[in-house]
Amino acid sequence: MRDRVARLRQASLARRPTISAERALLMTRFYREEGERHAPPTRRALAFRRLCEERELYLGPDELIVGERGPEPAATPTFPELTCHSLQDLEVLATREKTSYAVPHEVVDAYEREVIPFWTGRSLRDRVFASVAEAWLRAYEAGCFTEFMEQRAPGHTTTDGKAFRKGLRQFLAEIAAARASLDPERDPDATARLEQLAAMDAAAEAGMRYAARYAELADARADEEPDAARRHELRRIAEVCRRVPAEPPRDFHEALQAYWFHHLAVVTELNGWDAFNPGHLDQHLGPFYEAGLRDGSLTREGAKELLGCLWVKFADQPAPPKVGVTAAESGTYNDFVNINLGGLLADGRQGANEVSHLILEVAEEMRLLQPQCNVQVARDTPDALLLHACRVIREGIGYPALFNADVVVAELLRQGKRLEDAREGGTSGCIETGAFGKEAYVLSGYVNLVKLLELALHDGRDPRTGAQVGPRSGALDALATFDDLFAAWDAQLRHLVEVKLHGNAVVQALYAEEMPAPYLSLLIDDCIAAGRDYNAGGARYDTTYLQGVGIGTLTDALSALRRHVYQTGAVALPELVAALDADFAAVEPLRQRLVNRTPRYGNDDPAADELMRRAFDAFFDAVDGRPAPRGGTYHIDMLPTTCHVYFGSVTGATPDGRRGGAPLSEGISPVQGADRRGPTAVLRSAAAMDHVKTGGTLLNLKFSPRALEGDEGLARLAALVRGYFALGGHHVQFNVVDAAVLRAAQQRPEEHRGLLVRVAGYSDFFCDLGCELQDEIIARTEHARA
Amino acid sequence: MMVAMDTAPRTMTLPAAMAVGPAPTAGPTGVVFDVKRGSAEDGPGIRTTVFLKGCPLRCAWCHNPEGLDPRPVLSVTPGRCVRCGACVDACPEGAITLTEDGTPVTDRDRCAAAGRCVDACPTGARELLGAAWSSAALVDEVARDRPFFEASGGGVTFSGGEPLAQPDFLLVCLRACRDRGLHTAVDTSGYAPRAVALAAAEAAGLVLFDLKHPDPGRHARFTGVPLRVIVDNLRGLDAAGARLWLRVPVIPGVNDDAEARDGFVALLGTLRHRYPVWLLPYHETAAAKYARLGRGYGFEASGARLAESVSALAAALRAAGNDVRIGGDARA
Repeated sequence: MRDRVARLRQASLARRPTISAERALLMTRFYREEGERHAPPTRRALAFRRLCEERELYLGPDELIVGERGPEPAATPTFPELTCHSLQDLEVLATREKTSYAVPHEVVDAYEREVIPFWTGRSLRDRVFASVAEAWLRAYEAGCFTEFMEQRAPGHTTTDGKAFRKGLRQFLAEIAAARASLDPERDPDATARLEQLAAMDAAAEAGMRYAARYAELADARADEEPDAARRHELRRIAEVCRRVPAEPPRDFHEALQAYWFHHLAVVTELNGWDAFNPGHLDQHLGPFYEAGLRDGSLTREGAKELLGCLWVKFADQPAPPKVGVTAAESGTYNDFVNINLGGLLADGRQGANEVSHLILEVAEEMRLLQPQCNVQVARDTPDALLLHACRVIREGIGYPALFNADVVVAELLRQGKRLEDAREGGTSGCIETGAFGKEAYVLSGYVNLVKLLELALHDGRDPRTGAQVGPRSGALDALATFDDLFAAWDAQLRHLVEVKLHGNAVVQALYAEEMPAPYLSLLIDDCIAAGRDYNAGGARYDTTYLQGVGIGTLTDALSALRRHVYQTGAVALPELVAALDADFAAVEPLRQRLVNRTPRYGNDDPAADELMRRAFDAFFDAVDGRPAPRGGTYHIDMLPTTCHVYFGSVTGATPDGRRGGAPLSEGISPVQGADRRGPTAVLRSAAAMDHVKTGGTLLNLKFSPRALEGDEGLARLAALVRGYFALGGHHVQFNVVDAAVLRAAQQRPEEHRGLLVRVAGYSDFFCDLGCELQDEIIARTEHARA
Repeated sequence: MMVAMDTAPRTMTLPAAMAVGPAPTAGPTGVVFDVKRGSAEDGPGIRTTVFLKGCPLRCAWCHNPEGLDPRPVLSVTPGRCVRCGACVDACPEGAITLTEDGTPVTDRDRCAAAGRCVDACPTGARELLGAAWSSAALVDEVARDRPFFEASGGGVTFSGGEPLAQPDFLLVCLRACRDRGLHTAVDTSGYAPRAVALAAAEAAGLVLFDLKHPDPGRHARFTGVPLRVIVDNLRGLDAAGARLWLRVPVIPGVNDDAEARDGFVALLGTLRHRYPVWLLPYHETAAAKYARLGRGYGFEASGARLAESVSALAAALRAAGNDVRIGGDARA
């Protein structure tokens, strides 16, 4: 690592995330002064323009890539038009034990004086909660599902190659062509389309203005710079910022800066989930890298230095602050940038190149929370890339994640994408599949599959509160057979999906109407051609996901019911439910029997895995293919972020012997400690699910570092991955860390600040995790052998 | 440790009735006490290791005591017991009594290893090790990890106990695996009739051949069987061109002295071919297993200088032109 990058990295690691009121104030003033004068698309574009024109610029020492989301690194903007933090929220953010943000008193003042008075009742979050049905609120409060868009905008969005091939001026030309092709006499939507296109046009101009301001700043700094070398760099920065993003990048440096400007625009305009993503960065950068080496303008180390500068940029943008249930479902500073490596080219050939290795080297050297990266492993992906990835994984930082590129393509094809669009797709966020640059694939909420069983065992009533949350699906004496019981769970599921989908319709209509994203719409086909915004269904493909959580716990619970109630009759159903209601007080032998004498998921036991498939298929049937409000389609994902901990906290004791309040199983991983037959058995159980029916599944395995020692350990790890992918698995990732180290980090966090661990579809600093989540990670089965 | 010496290795007959285990469906039946997946030390790649029950050796340091007796054996893990007393009521022999604090105590002399207490135990504290498997069911089971074998160059290893002590079952399983394209290995003490050893080597892709001690007297003393049978089989396999990995458990106080070192080098020097030699350093994890079987672990060894002994043996063998690798587990 060059000294410059080392210095930038150290400075970044030393920063504490801080709330900035700059954006909130600029937005408040814009909306107050002229918000009412414009239709929503223009309003949003002009609001974005104001941000681009008036935000403070930061250009720090050593930087080669420039631009921040806030006024300086780690100064985190807020989005009061989406969710307006109350003074109590700010207090919580400042004082909570984990993932806190410094809140300067001038921020509190600004919120009290200007921001809160204006946005109360106006923010989208306030309107969401005022608009949804009573049944929705009851289920939400019971912890049956979460709502992604109550604090953040639709996101999970990734660019394809166009951000590296085109400049904004080409998008302007496309907008002009789209306008010219509109026929107001025949097209009743022409006025609306013109409005949207005008907004995109204004957003593109605003984006160029922001870059031009940086060019001016860099020149001004160069004029004052005494050091000749730095003066030269500043002139170069000015030159790059005059070129991109208005025009296509010409070299490696311009390509990185062009992406970074697009990234900042997307994450400043709105606060979409998972920020924004560069997609197949190795494929996008490959031609620039080769050309630079050929003409002598770039060296391998120079390319790594520029990548290091970009890495620090990602690291310096903590996720915007979340509160309440959203903080519980996604408690992290990580904003989930996830860079794809390897994979396939549009013509089907494998896509790895030298830049893939370069990026893995940078990721390993930098060891930052963000950005994280993954390797898309296709059948034809060279072993050299997979082994390189495994070497980095063995370092124990929890990334790169590994994806099955062939299955990702199959998933996208099943959803109806064109073959070349599917191959240019990949995964973003944690594990979510998307057609990069052409799809809005929006996660809408986690579904607590285990809570639904709790409801089914109580005739739709939540035993925690006594509230009738679900339908009356049958009293215990009506559940005479296992099939009756399963049908009751299925009835709860179908009802809750109905309630959730109604809520989604309300939320998505609000976004479509009130929160266009004109800049993002430039980058996603076919928003320009259709004259429709990304948030209103303008993307070529439009998908809304529901994400199932707790399939491992659910399977074991169903398996225990079938075995001990319906097969052996060891315990009667009312007796078991009474034990659950009492959290197994005074019935430890029964709890032990449920834990130890039940066929459990994760052991390649057909009896358990067949139940998992049955529950998974029911979830799929209840959701997949349903029409979504923007003209899109519903599909399912199987991932939790940190929601398995939150869902566990609101779910009582379960028939698998889990005590009330304990975390649910994570992703599609087995219940913590239930898998006792080694990693291959876990992988076979997980592969019993039909992954192609999902838009992504999440499986984590934990290894002791000893298990992966030497070239042989590495080769075995790679073989486990190849074997799982041959069986049709979507994703797998590994924690390689001793439980003793994790326990030491709990005791002495100050000594383990840099300890990155795999949480769900991402890594986080262990010491930033909530205590329950730390315990849950320690409790996961540690495999002594790969 | 001295054991009555019986120089002619025999194969064992199966116990008449097996209380638990998957129902035999087809083919000959064998007694298996574990099927361990994802094993890394029993041959190349990712492997599933089948532990066949029963062993004619009585190695002083034996790490798999549950594999010695060909019959099923009861294993009790007190740490898992919640003192519910269910085992007491379940035992038809009345072999289990409770102490004052409710801890069950098993009279091993009265225990018939029928497994009723195992069924009754809610925690899994009580396990019956050893189950009858048909060859067809076993081969189906081990074939489950085929994708991982294919990706890693791995396969199935038959270990024990002493797998050659159940020759009919072993040979049928090896051949069935071969027919299904699964790579196989046999991990043996080498103590078996010559014909059995040759047939197993012919049917298996690889033989992991254990050498415990190069000196006949000390070999007999520490393992209870004569070295000659084993060395003869080794030479026989060597002459037949079998694919072999030699494995030497390095046991403090048994075979880690200079004399044994020279003896191993000399013995290997008399073979026609060179083979990879794995040194498996002794470790002390077996004591807990003995306790679970209601037995004491009589072997005491200081591992203080183990690393030194292993390096010295490795260096001596390498100096003589052997390809030496250091492994993890020492089995006997």
